[in-house]
Amino acid sequence: MPDKLRSKQDLEALQKELINAREPGKPLIAVCNGTACHPYGCAQIIEAFKQELSKQGLEKKAELRITGCHGLCEKGPIAVIQPGDIFYQQIKLEDVPEIISETINKGNIIDRLLHTDPITGNKVIHRNEVPFYRKQNRNILGNNTEINPIKIEDYISTGGYTALAKALFEMAPEQIIEEIKRSGLRGRGGAGFPTGIKWESCRHAPGDIKYVIVNADEGDPGAYANEGLLSGNPHSVLEGLIIGAYAIGAHQGYVYVRNEYPLALANITIALNQAQQLGLLGDNILGSGFDFNVRINRGGGAFVCGESTALMASLEGKVGEPRAKYVHTVEKGLWDRPSDLNNVETWSNVPLIINKGADWYRTLGTDGSKGTKIFSLVGKINNTGLVEVPMGITLREIIYDIGGGIREGKKFKAVQTGGPSGGCLPESLLDLPVDFDELTKAGSMMGSGGMIVMDETTCMVDIAKYFLTFLEEESCGKCVPCREGVKRMRQILDDITEGKGTEEDIDLLERLSATLIDSSLCALGSTAPNPVLTTIRYFKDEYEAHIKEKRCPAGVCKALIHYYIIEEKCPGCGLCVKACPQEAITFMGKKKPVILDESKCIKCGACYDACKLGAVGKE
Amino acid sequence: MDKKVSDIINKYNGDRGQLVSILQDIQSEYYYLPKQALIQVSETMAMPASRVYDVATFFRAFSLEPRGKHLINVCLGTACHVRGAIRVLETIERSLSIKRGETTKDRKFTLETVNCMGCCAVGPAAKVDGEYFGHMSTDKVDSLLTKFE
Amino acid sequence: MITLNIDGRELKAEEGQTILQVARENGIDIPTLCHHEAIEPYGACRLCIVEISKGKRTKIVTSCLYPVEEGLEVKTGSPRVISNRKMLLELLLARCSKNKVIKELALQMGIEQPSFKPEYLEDNDCIVCGLCVRACEQVVGVSAISLVNRGITKEPASPFLEPATACIGCGSCYYICPAGAIKMEDKGDTRIIYNWKVEFKLKKCKVCGNYWAPEKQLEYIRKKWNLPEDFFDICPTCK
Repeated sequence: MPDKLRSKQDLEALQKELINAREPGKPLIAVCNGTACHPYGCAQIIEAFKQELSKQGLEKKAELRITGCHGLCEKGPIAVIQPGDIFYQQIKLEDVPEIISETINKGNIIDRLLHTDPITGNKVIHRNEVPFYRKQNRNILGNNTEINPIKIEDYISTGGYTALAKALFEMAPEQIIEEIKRSGLRGRGGAGFPTGIKWESCRHAPGDIKYVIVNADEGDPGAYANEGLLSGNPHSVLEGLIIGAYAIGAHQGYVYVRNEYPLALANITIALNQAQQLGLLGDNILGSGFDFNVRINRGGGAFVCGESTALMASLEGKVGEPRAKYVHTVEKGLWDRPSDLNNVETWSNVPLIINKGADWYRTLGTDGSKGTKIFSLVGKINNTGLVEVPMGITLREIIYDIGGGIREGKKFKAVQTGGPSGGCLPESLLDLPVDFDELTKAGSMMGSGGMIVMDETTCMVDIAKYFLTFLEEESCGKCVPCREGVKRMRQILDDITEGKGTEEDIDLLERLSATLIDSSLCALGSTAPNPVLTTIRYFKDEYEAHIKEKRCPAGVCKALIHYYIIEEKCPGCGLCVKACPQEAITFMGKKKPVILDESKCIKCGACYDACKLGAVGKE
Repeated sequence: MDKKVSDIINKYNGDRGQLVSILQDIQSEYYYLPKQALIQVSETMAMPASRVYDVATFFRAFSLEPRGKHLINVCLGTACHVRGAIRVLETIERSLSIKRGETTKDRKFTLETVNCMGCCAVGPAAKVDGEYFGHMSTDKVDSLLTKFE
Repeated sequence: MITLNIDGRELKAEEGQTILQVARENGIDIPTLCHHEAIEPYGACRLCIVEISKGKRTKIVTSCLYPVEEGLEVKTGSPRVISNRKMLLELLLARCSKNKVIKELALQMGIEQPSFKPEYLEDNDCIVCGLCVRACEQVVGVSAISLVNRGITKEPASPFLEPATACIGCGSCYYICPAGAIKMEDKGDTRIIYNWKVEFKLKKCKVCGNYWAPEKQLEYIRKKWNLPEDFFDICPTCK
């Protein structure tokens, strides 16, 4: 760890020193150690790289950089080799020695590890040739591959904390706020409130003690964009937070990290300590006279704590119950003091804006939504991963050009954004530009970044039921409309998916929705109807099939489907017989199709999963 | 007075605002929140027992019942859901004869669900004792469970 | 002094007052369940919602918490308010289908049966308004009980669902509960509050011989206000 930095000049000197120490042209392996790569065994692969470099005597000649998420999670484990920006994917343990001996030592490419362009069928060598990356603007996430998140020197050598120095020594707090306002930055947590105005209100609120908070309680199921950013580049969030604290006049900050994100928690904790040691956090930051301390709090497994007042209640050691926001939290928030709460991604945008200016920032995006947005593109998509796109790009471009289209050759049905507060958009809206206001107009919302793609095997009624079930569990239970209303809506959806739906159900769902929207205490309740209302709006035919015909067109709702044996395809191997927990399938001898007794079948799907020959049908 | 609990309280300077973090550390230590520990927290930090208890029952991370030796977390996030996570969960429930949120009689497994762990690329995903398992399906459940003693 | 308009009437209010306070001062009726003057407003039942506008847009807010503003226009019975309130009562009725108080309130709004299937109707008395818990914390100051769990199973309860050791038996919870969900009985020399699984010995008046208040409650008050040992030996009626 370098010596404590006591001035802007110290930081600049350290930066120069670190840049000079970098040897351009020196072979480098940047391996992804993101959470999404862990199930692939990336930890073992990294260990193998370490050992192999040593074994081949190359530990001085080549550098191994352990990084955060590279973005193309579908193809993990991933490594990018320099020089040449060579992109290797789906690396196995047995590939490691060869990567070292061939690519690192001799500069040779290993074909089988290259990405294949799905359209041309050709292998691509360089990262920027991978179609997944081509239409992205990885202004923020792109830095993940350039740094080891738990090495502050890496962050500094790539220009980190320059924005902080500029803010502290060349700009007055009001100037900083003006720059953020001009940039058009809107909150990336979901609501999209103009960040600059929020900061300004907080600065002007009466009171000497103020707080700044990082909301890292990314609770939308299917969204892990914040996770990839916080664990991959925690310093970018921290730098933004310190700048914001300075602009607002806060001396205490909090990072509220979701309990289910151990890697992000570990990395932000290390980053904090390192920043402290270097004098970038704490008393008299960089000799500027500005004091600022940060504490990390863990969530306890409550989606509602992503709501600002519930989060603040949790920070006060209480249950995560929201409260009315007729008096805004920027005036009376944590401990009844002026508090500015922003999302992880919002904070990360700040150093970028300060370094490059609001004018530069405004060149990307639409009139109402500037800059980029990070999405976790997941579900029935080929290129699952974290993408960063300019506001205004269409859903079609994201799903097809970047996402590579629908998995397993299936057909697109819907895309869900905004988590449980958002909505499902159909094929007819694929050319919708991704923008706060456009998404809201269509009945959905931006949310924190989850983008879930669905195909013909997804039942939209089941999706509505899924979200209501989720919200019923996560509701804090304080207010009547949410606690009782979501439960009743879920019961109706249960009935519909079990073939017990009636004609009046849609009307009742809409009446309940109106009450939840109007009279809920917080946004969990008031946006709970969105998944239901959008699926009714865009997929009414599926509701009608379930209600009138007692049929599930997508083949999902257990009570309305049945499994059967496709005799022509069944060779009598008996795999399904073994898999069935109810002994509902009888083995009839080799080369004879098995017999499925529907009266014993509990529709668990085990036979369907076990059969590799497509001999089990479902409808 | 449990020394481990006192140490944890002291680590956070008995700060009431850190109650959730304190309970989390106690949970990490004992794999659940023992009643005596909660009473000790209430007495040491001069907080009503009712206030400690309501926080302990509000957050899903906390268990007031002793957990099993191995904690299974099945992800029910939206991306995993559309890839069939529910069927995986039901298979595990059937295999272990427990429902989600419960512990097996022999205290070997506790089955919980989680709403997104950030492994959507390998969904349906599950985690057992901190180890991740991707591309789960109903036919992989048995081999997963036999991995754990 | 602030001037605002409620249901077409120009009214004067003080800075810091809520719409509900001003309405009640002026005889305008707004229904509430989780509200009580002695307790901080909570905003849980949502029955007190009103429609406000300041310029073009209108929105629904809870009058118990919304601070008055100059020029605010409030409608306590607009169609939007009424339709919301009706559904709220349907939801409460579905939860407490046999509770007298809720049935009466619902009937006042013309609701006899909620729109949900009969097999899903519940038979609770508690509406989770939190008044018992809040009174115990804010007025009595012992916080013997709290709202435990989350969501549909949220309910007031004693710690660990065991006899509430901090309870002094004052019965504030019983008296403040709007739905009669607290069961308390004085039987001879004993008071039982069933919900918190507690029993108290009642103090006997030295003069009339009646059992009039739990000894534990009196001891609590005596200690709190530094009163002499025999202060409560005679009941208020005899004094």
